[in-house]
Amino acid sequence: MVKKITIDPITRLEGHGKIEIFLNEKGNVDKAFFQVPELRGFEKFSEGRMAEEMPRITPKICGVCPTAHHMASGKALDDLYKVDPPPAAKKIRELINSSFMAEDHTLHFFFLGGPDFIVGPQAPAKERNILGVIQKVGLDAGKKVINIRKRLRDIITKQGGKVIHPVCNLPGGISKGVTKEDREEYIQTGKDAVEFAKFSLKAFEDIVLKNNEYVDVIVGDIYKHKTYYMGLVDKDNKVNFYDGDIRVVDPEGKEFAKFKPSEYLNHIEEHVEQWSYVKFPYLKDVGWKGFVDGRDSGVYRVAPLARLNVADGMATPLAQAEYEKLFDTLGGKPAHNTLAYHWARLVELLYATERLLELAQDEEILEPNVRNIPTAVPEEGIGVVEAPRGTLYHHYKTDENGIITGVNLIVATVNNSAAMCMSIEKAARGLIKGGKVSDGLLNMVEMAFRAYDPCLACATHSLPGNMPLEIKICNLDGKLIKTLRR
Amino acid sequence: MTKPKVAFYWNASCGGCEEAVIDLAEDILKVVEAVDIVFWPVAMDFKKKDIKAMKDGEIAVSFINGAIRTEEQEEMVKLLRRKSGLVIAFGSCSHLGGIPGLANFWDRDTIFERVYKEIPSVINPDGVLPQTKTQIGDKQLTLPEFWDTVKTLDQVIDVDYYIPGCAPPPDIIMDGITAILEGKLPEKGAVLAPDKSLCDTCPRSEKKPDKISMKEIKRPHEIILDPEKCFLEQGIICLGPATRSGCGERCINANMPCRGCFGPTKEVIDHGAKGLSAIVSILGIEEEEKLSDEDVQKLIDQIKDPAGLFYMYSLPSSLLRRKIMRKGE
Repeated sequence: MVKKITIDPITRLEGHGKIEIFLNEKGNVDKAFFQVPELRGFEKFSEGRMAEEMPRITPKICGVCPTAHHMASGKALDDLYKVDPPPAAKKIRELINSSFMAEDHTLHFFFLGGPDFIVGPQAPAKERNILGVIQKVGLDAGKKVINIRKRLRDIITKQGGKVIHPVCNLPGGISKGVTKEDREEYIQTGKDAVEFAKFSLKAFEDIVLKNNEYVDVIVGDIYKHKTYYMGLVDKDNKVNFYDGDIRVVDPEGKEFAKFKPSEYLNHIEEHVEQWSYVKFPYLKDVGWKGFVDGRDSGVYRVAPLARLNVADGMATPLAQAEYEKLFDTLGGKPAHNTLAYHWARLVELLYATERLLELAQDEEILEPNVRNIPTAVPEEGIGVVEAPRGTLYHHYKTDENGIITGVNLIVATVNNSAAMCMSIEKAARGLIKGGKVSDGLLNMVEMAFRAYDPCLACATHSLPGNMPLEIKICNLDGKLIKTLRR
Repeated sequence: MTKPKVAFYWNASCGGCEEAVIDLAEDILKVVEAVDIVFWPVAMDFKKKDIKAMKDGEIAVSFINGAIRTEEQEEMVKLLRRKSGLVIAFGSCSHLGGIPGLANFWDRDTIFERVYKEIPSVINPDGVLPQTKTQIGDKQLTLPEFWDTVKTLDQVIDVDYYIPGCAPPPDIIMDGITAILEGKLPEKGAVLAPDKSLCDTCPRSEKKPDKISMKEIKRPHEIILDPEKCFLEQGIICLGPATRSGCGERCINANMPCRGCFGPTKEVIDHGAKGLSAIVSILGIEEEEKLSDEDVQKLIDQIKDPAGLFYMYSLPSSLLRRKIMRKGE
């Protein structure tokens, strides 16, 4: 008997993400689909708009990571008008972006993904949330989390106007510089944020790495995919969130490609399936071979672990030490363990805070000149940054008046869409045998999914860090056989 | 005394309105103490059937964000309307249509054509488009249908009050919730924010001359923006004169002009038309008598993308609603 299992996160009844698992006649997993049942059409309705409004329009793609869109859009405009922002403007943009990466990674680790580990993968569902985390790490620590996020978000508000949808980027720079008074505050926030990141990594070590059971789960085969990886690197091939070249490594960790943002169309193509509104990017030189991993499949992954895999290291000293420790523990580079994304996210948190502090301490951010007025006739511009959830591409074409005629967006999470499908399918295969659905399925599938911190799903929107799930198991006639719920 | 029951729901939105609620920080605990949250997909495990099982009007108040563009969304908000005493449209998309409402310049087919076929990175030789039903062997997958037109919440159900903004600022959210809890509500249909224009509260208004004249239109990237001078005085289009205050002048504080996320004040029917008339009434006013028709046309031509600019947040709620699509266009 063929069965269909639907995992419908009730956090999106109309759905941002939906998982369908089909079993074959033996009751084993035949196929799993990760569907995105939503589209808003930014790539079309941006046509006709004034290009300089794009940094205010595109953040509305996502209210959780608006800063990343604001940055990619600002950089696309620099390229469109062939105007280089003054050094202070670049540094302030990167400062805003570093604050954002740090607060967003904090949100994910403590509120969303982290409870799986800090409280434990097998812990009762009602404890696997931020309150459970606070119980485990202490009330003071909980307060620390809320406090540091607020202060990091204050930096974005001060410079960008609104933390939910900042407005400061223009072609050639930013609308507002940094005052002396604000800089003092940013330095203090930076210092405290570095301490907070160190504390977070220590908590991860004490609670997760010293527990063999957890480590076994992380390195286990069920959460492993040998894929290509993509991410931005600086001139020394170190991780960079704001600027650089895009580097791709193969499943053995060797450099497969390194290219400028302007060359992305030579390297990335997107596949369309009729069962999802989301597209499936893949490496052009390898080709689309379906939802499979390995060297012959163009499927690649992005976001924290991918960024660490593609880079030769971290650009700041404390983060570099943690980077080395991560790969030593996981048995070298590249690490293919999907659950190691959580650990990589914390290494990046430390880097983001160290970088924030470096930039805040840099005297140059006080320079009043933060804009260069563009003079070139606009035609085409491409901007790429690393969003918390992966490499983000904004590509605009305009007429000579700077009116948009064409837009292409490859949004961070979308890069991972094929890999997310595969991870869910693999976890399901490991847990569903002979038609018997393990009660642990909900936990385990959710963990496979949540490691990517998918922006388009509820994981990121979930306040207590507990994504409510319902799995329906139906027979061929659609008759409900069993409902699992948490 | 039993606590009033409250529901939160979202439609076509970005998640920013949820973040705005989370940004209430400690204040959210006060809300949780005062009410009984019966439905909040973002945070709690209640199902649609739980809502269905409730008595009509059992929920005291439902906060609904996001624009409406699928059948599922329509069904859900109609259900919530039936079960709720009050319905509050929360945030720009629900209130006015918001930025996703700009899609009303196009329709489903033109959007699909671009997204799944024309985009330079897309390789789609067979012209595959997402379908509401897909049959793969014996497996069937479904997707909700994508409408041609984005609608505001009050175009689908009756709305009692509006909390404006993209995203609504924390003090406006708390003031709104407090007014509801204390029963100190204005007349039905009101926007729960001050009924003043942004210019009235703008920090730059003090230095503003009594009479503003825009000699010419500049775009924000064309000049170095003076952080103290009124944007209109600098030749920059700012929707402050047409837009409701209460946002905390957040964009102005970042030295950028208003784009109208709070929508218009009470007496204004069409936000974009009001904005456009505010600008043209001061454009070239100083030497008006000396201008030929040709000069006037030249001035007007300096306003690029007027529809997209003046209706950036409010196209679905406007008198225009959407662009009429003709075949072959």
